[in-house]
Formats: sequence, structure tokens, C-alpha cells
Amino acid sequence: MRFGGLTAVRSVDFTVNSGEIVGLIGPNGAGKTTFFNCLTGLYVPTEGTVAYQGKVLPPKPHLVTQAGIARTFQNIRLFANMTVLENVLVGRHTRTKEGLWSALLRGPGFRKAERDSEAKAMELLAFVGLDAKRDHLARNLPYGEQRKLEIARALASEPGLLLLDEPTAGMNPQETRTTEELVFAIRDKGIAVLVIEHDMRFIFNLCDRVAVLVQGEKLVEGTSDVVQADERVVAAYLGEPFEGDPGEAEAAEVEAAEAAAETADADDTADADDSGAADDIADSDSRSDADTSGVADSTGEENDSTTKGEAQ
Amino acid sequence: MTDTTKTPAGTGRGPIPLPTALARPLIAVGAVATIASTFLSWTWTPDFPGDLTVYGYPAGLQILALVAGALTLLFALNQWNVKGLRWLNPSNATSPVFLTAMSAFTVCWFTGIAITVDLGGLVNLDPGAYVAMVASALPVLGALALPHPAPGTGLRGYLTKPQQPRPRGITPIAERGIITAGTAIALIAFTYGIGIDNDASETFIGYLLLVVFAAWGLIHTGLVDRYATISAQHKGFAAALAFVAAVIFPFTQSDDHNANVGVNILIFATVALGLNIVVGLTGLLDLGYVAFLGVGAYAAALVSGSEYSRFSGVHFPFWAAALTGMAASLVFGVLIGAPTLRLRGDYLAIVTLGFGEIFRITVNNLDGDSGPNITRGPNGITQIPDLNILGFNLGEAHDIGGFTLGRFANYLFLMLIVTAIVVLVFTRAADSRIGRSWIAIREDETAATAMGINGFRVKLIAFALGASLAGLAGTVMAHVNYSVNPQPYQFAGAAPPNSAFLLAAVVLGGMGTVSGPLLGASVLYLVPEKLQFLQNYELFAFGIALVLLMRFRPEGIIANRRRQLEFHEIDQLDVPEQKTLTDEPAVTKAGA
Repeated sequence: MRFGGLTAVRSVDFTVNSGEIVGLIGPNGAGKTTFFNCLTGLYVPTEGTVAYQGKVLPPKPHLVTQAGIARTFQNIRLFANMTVLENVLVGRHTRTKEGLWSALLRGPGFRKAERDSEAKAMELLAFVGLDAKRDHLARNLPYGEQRKLEIARALASEPGLLLLDEPTAGMNPQETRTTEELVFAIRDKGIAVLVIEHDMRFIFNLCDRVAVLVQGEKLVEGTSDVVQADERVVAAYLGEPFEGDPGEAEAAEVEAAEAAAETADADDTADADDSGAADDIADSDSRSDADTSGVADSTGEENDSTTKGEAQ
Repeated sequence: MTDTTKTPAGTGRGPIPLPTALARPLIAVGAVATIASTFLSWTWTPDFPGDLTVYGYPAGLQILALVAGALTLLFALNQWNVKGLRWLNPSNATSPVFLTAMSAFTVCWFTGIAITVDLGGLVNLDPGAYVAMVASALPVLGALALPHPAPGTGLRGYLTKPQQPRPRGITPIAERGIITAGTAIALIAFTYGIGIDNDASETFIGYLLLVVFAAWGLIHTGLVDRYATISAQHKGFAAALAFVAAVIFPFTQSDDHNANVGVNILIFATVALGLNIVVGLTGLLDLGYVAFLGVGAYAAALVSGSEYSRFSGVHFPFWAAALTGMAASLVFGVLIGAPTLRLRGDYLAIVTLGFGEIFRITVNNLDGDSGPNITRGPNGITQIPDLNILGFNLGEAHDIGGFTLGRFANYLFLMLIVTAIVVLVFTRAADSRIGRSWIAIREDETAATAMGINGFRVKLIAFALGASLAGLAGTVMAHVNYSVNPQPYQFAGAAPPNSAFLLAAVVLGGMGTVSGPLLGASVLYLVPEKLQFLQNYELFAFGIALVLLMRFRPEGIIANRRRQLEFHEIDQLDVPEQKTLTDEPAVTKAGA
């Protein structure tokens, strides 16, 4: 995906299998959200395709959602002046068919469809714990509940793959734990989850696999142990947990990264500065050995974002 | 509940140092004297509109002063805690007394000043006018001396809406009774306003003053909120009653001219409702909407059998003509919408503005000179015959039960049916899967498409539906006016309908509501109609009104609270919503 001369995401091949929770991490500006936007059709990839259950998806958001990929947004994008229930009902749009005529004529089919939709929506609201607030306006909900509502709205489209863009941003540890449980519950419904997050404890608790995106390219993909152990990830993003041992073999590399990157505790969010960290990673890319099941090989194209979410 | 608000007598002293024991009688005496003064003569000559010369028989502005005085008296008695009146003002606030006193004061003083200015000099005032002016000032002074519950707020304390106690529940039958009474009062007020002579601008200004201040005062008592909640609970009943009231309206009019005004308001309101689908629900700013009305009107004119029509041999019955008009507008709407709806925001507004003008200019040029002769250019299509529906000729006066219903009354009934259909379409479409997707697109188009809504398709449906409803109104309009010509279908003009006025009716009334555009259209039609002397400054006044509206009440007179008050079990979180009814709706209404 290129914007003018800037290549935001390059050659990211990625597969999510059904029933799996996959994390996507990386410093700010690494292209995680851009990658999401490519997947969901908000951006038209300059090159490459998105496939779901073996079918290549056209880059149109509503068709992607129809096919079974739903998402939430990094900065919450609820329909602020609609009620909680209505927000979820809008999420049901692709799974219902009633057009203008049936709305005007109000036949029994329409009433039944509306009742079913409402029942489904209430079920989802109960699932995320918002059923008591069905008639509140979305904008009057507290922050954490807005996040939950966004997830419920995405679930309403009955997706096989759910994309969560920083679902715990701005939450306190307790709320984060609740969200964690919610994501597990979603996985137990058989929905695959791809989650962007900066909270490493959250990610490593949750995810079966984690991919690291740096400067628009995928650095590593693997289980949390593999990723945590990878020195380039530590250098570019996670940072060193302790200040000691400057005489290690990778010292030069780490220092170069640290000079540019803002480091924090390994548990915590470490925001690497874009430009500095990026230079570092560029040369380490050639040694990329990230390789997990189902990842398609890079085709050598400039840009190839492939997602094969194989839900049942 | 009332006990708590009554006690802080010493703390919140009014700006006028009078003991409360004196202030209350002062208000009551002033109000009674105002009422009495309306039975006196206010001026010596019947030249002043409304004939205020007769003793013992109030007329014109005197009736308005009488109503204002009576309202003031009611709230004054309420301040005294007279049994049986407490429901009038449950929070026992001072502001309703003050505002109703202001209504009497402004009406009386406006009349006095108008007589002096119109007839040239104070000599033209009869003693009655002096009595009225002095008497109406007393309640204002008295109200300002009353302690008000918010100490330290100064004069502003008289204009802040008090917190309302939770209302007691009443039986559904009583609620229906309240709705009936409310509808009756609205009908009487509306009928009076519409019945004011076009030359009597003074009376209409007085009417506006009374309505604005009285409505403001009633809002402050909390009765309006209560009424809105009750009628939301009995939506069908309230709508049916409103329809019945509109049907009764022609029977109350001896003059067919008022029915004509009513028809035009209904046409205007219907088109505004169609626009409300596009602007209010879907959030697409359409500045060329009046073109769809024009397409409908022209289509109906062409198949009306008029001898000036290009197809003069074609004479469709009304149902076919209406369908033709709707279909033509629908096609036109899709043609305009398909290329433009990919744009967002300002770009869409500019493009629709352009298309609106293109329609008018094209119709102007299809005169056989500059283009093929279809619309006869600026001359338009004239002598459109009256409608004849199932043998009922709408052009002739009919006697029904002793009442003579003229031509315009017939069309009023037809238009009422059309309006009812449009209201039904609007409410049903808004409360459905498609309506929710419209609102979702208005709220956040990106999120809406990410939820699987095909933005373009859904917007096109809204655009086409709005266009065909305007086309339907246009078919009736062509017959009511006997003729169609390109002139009214412009962006901005001195008289409705034009795109700017339609948009203003939607915004003024309240976007996304049904009653909003109806009210907005009535105000925007009646004010220019009754205040003829403003003619040269009309667009100027219109602009000022819009600026004031955007400053003080951006959500319109009737705010769409998205059904929230219906379920008001949920308190705290919805408090931000409460701000909607606080600030001076009066300023904007007066300006408009």
C-alpha cells in the first residue's frame, strides 16, 4: 500500500486460521492500521489481494463485511446519536434483507425480521454486558462501554474473522482483563480474531500467534515466546527489560535502536520513534526467519497483503 | 417537591426591592387590570387594524392582550398556591410568571407604540391604551420582585429553566384528554394566526409576541416536555387527532383565502418533509431540492389536458398524473444522484445547487426558440384544469352540512391526504433497516460502510425517495395554482417554495423529526405572508433569523431527541440531552 511516494505497508503476507487469536504489534506508524484498512477495503491496496475462505475480496468495505470480516476502529467510531440497540441493529445490516418497500408496507415478514434482528441484537448486548443500557445514546456511554458496544456492533454482522484495532487503548487494568475475557469468549464462538494492541501483557496472554510489523513490513511471526525472544523485535519495539549488559553481541544494534526509540518496560507499551527504528529494521529484514504455519511466501511483489481467514 | 423550591424566599431576592407579600398582589392586580383594559377603547379611529375603538368588546390586538393577561393571572394565582392550579407550574418557578407578564407587557406596549407611530402622535391613544400599558407593566415589576429559586443569578435567573420534579403518573384516558386539549389549543392558535388579515401586520406581530413569550413560559413550566412525553406514548392517537384537527380547519374558515394559505403551507411542508429524508436523516445537504417539486409539477401539467401543454390531448386521471409526477421526479433524482452522491459534504451541496439551477434554466429554454418546445419557456403551462376525482370536481364549491367548502378547501383535503401519506412514508422508512442505515451514514459514513452498508446505494434510495415525495406534492401544486412556470424553482427567493426556504424549514423546525418541518414550513410561509411590509427586506430578515437560530438553537425548534424521553427511567447519563430545551427558542422564532 503506497501513499504517493510513501510505502506504508509492503509485502505483508498473513494468514489467520479459524478459532485462532492472532496479535499484530509494532511501533506507532508501522502500518498496522493501514494493514487493517487494506483488509477491510477502506483502502484499495496498490498491489496484492485479500482473500477470505479462499475467495479474493473486492476492496469495498461493505462487500468485505458481507463476506464475513468485521472490524472495530482505533478511535471509536460509534453512531453517536443512535441508541445502543440501534447501533447493534445497524451492524445487522448485511444479514437482513428488508428494503424500502417492505419497510413502507410493514408486512408480517418485515415485522418478523425486525423482531429477529432485535432479539439477536439483545443477545449480543447481553454477551458484552450492555443489555441494561439498550436505550441510551451511544455517546453517553462511558469509554469502556463504548469499546464493548463497538465490538458488539461488529459481531452483529456475524463475522468469521473479527479485526480489533487497539481494543484496550485507554483502559485500566481491570477493564483490560474484562476485554481479554470477552475476546476469549468470542474465540469460543468460533470466530477468528486479529487484534492490534500495544499492551504486551494483553497480547501475550491472549494470542496464539503474534506478528510484528515494523516500517510497513512483517518482521517476525510466531508464538509469543518466539516473538519475545526475537532480538530484532526487542530492538525495534519491545525494548530491553533491564538496563544492564551493554556488552552483548547485539549491543550495537540495540543501542542504535534505543537511541531513536523511546523505550519502556517490556510489559508496557514501547513506542518506537518511526524514522530511527525504521532504518534499523530495514537491514535486519533480509534475515527474516519468521515462519509459521499457513503463511504464504512473499511473492516478491512490492505489496501483497494476503489474509486467509478460514472460519468454519 | 414544591416545598423545597418555595422556601428560599430570603436568599434569592429579585432585583426590585419589594416585599413578596406586595409583589404577588401587584402581579394579580396588574393582570386583572390588563384584562379589564381590553374592554375599553384604545384608539379613536377604526383606521388602525383590528378596530380597537369599541367599548366592551375586545378585538384584534386587544384579544391578544386579553389572553396574555389571563395567562399572567393564572400563573400569578399559581404563585399564591391556589388549590387546583399547582399542576400549571410544578416546580413553582418564577420564570413562567415573568415570561407571561412579558407577553402581556410586549403586546400592550407594542400596540401603544404602533398606534402612536401609525396614526402620528400620542393624541390617538384613548385612555384604555394608557390603562393597558400601565397595567401590563405592573406584573413585570411584580415578577421581578418575586424571589427566584436560583440566588445570585440576577436577571438571568428569570430566564433559566428550572429543574422539574418528576411528574406523577396519570391514567391513559387523562393523557388522551390532555392530548386532545393540546391539539385543540394548537388548532385555535393556528387558526387565529392564519385568520389575521394580511394588511394587519401589527396584529400579526402582536400574535407572534404572544405566542413566543407564552410558549417560552410554558416550556419553563415543564408542561411542554410533559406534553411531548405523553404524546410520544400515544403516537398514533396524537397523529390521528392532528389529522382530525387539520380536517376541521376548513370548516372554521368563512374565507376560502385562508384555505389557500393552508394548501400552500401543506405543499411547502410536504416537500420539506421529503427534504428531511435527504438532509435530516441521511445528512446529504441538497441545495437544489426544489427542482424535484418542479419536475413533478411540470410532469403533472403536461399530462393534465391543459391546452397549453405540449401533449394537450393527454388527460390523465389524478392517480395516474400523481404517479407520473412521482416517476418523473424519481428518474430525475436518480439521474442527479448517481453521479453526485459519490461526493461528500460541501462538494455534494455545490453540485446539487448546480443541478437545481440547471433544471430551471433548461425549463426556461425549452420554449421552441432555444430548444424544443416542451415547457413553453418562461410563459409556463397555463390553464391547467381542476382535478376531478371520482366525479368530485375539486374546482367547485360544495356544501357539506351547512358549511360551504370552496375550491381551496377541496384541495386542502386532497393535500391533507398527500401529507398523511408522506408522513407515513417518512416515519415508516425512518424506523426500519433502511432508515437506520441512513442515520448511520449521517453519523459516520466510514463506520457505516464498514458495517456492511452499501453507502452509495442507500444514499441513492434516500435521494430518490425524497425526490418522488416532492414530485407528488408538485402534481397537486400544479393544479392548485392553475399553472406552472420556471420562476419559483430557484435557489433563493422572496417567497417559498425555493430551495433555501425548504432547507430553512427543515433546519428551523428540527432535522430528522416529522413535526419539525411541518412547524418550520408554517412559520416560514405565514411570516412573509402576513408581514407584507417586510417584502423588500425579507431575505435580509431571513438571513438574520438563520444566524440567530444557529447561535441560540442549532438543533431547531423541535429537537429530535431520538425517542429518548420515552424511556426516561435512565436519569444521569442522559442529562446532556436536557440542554436542548433551555435556551431562548423565542429569539429565533421571533426573528423568523
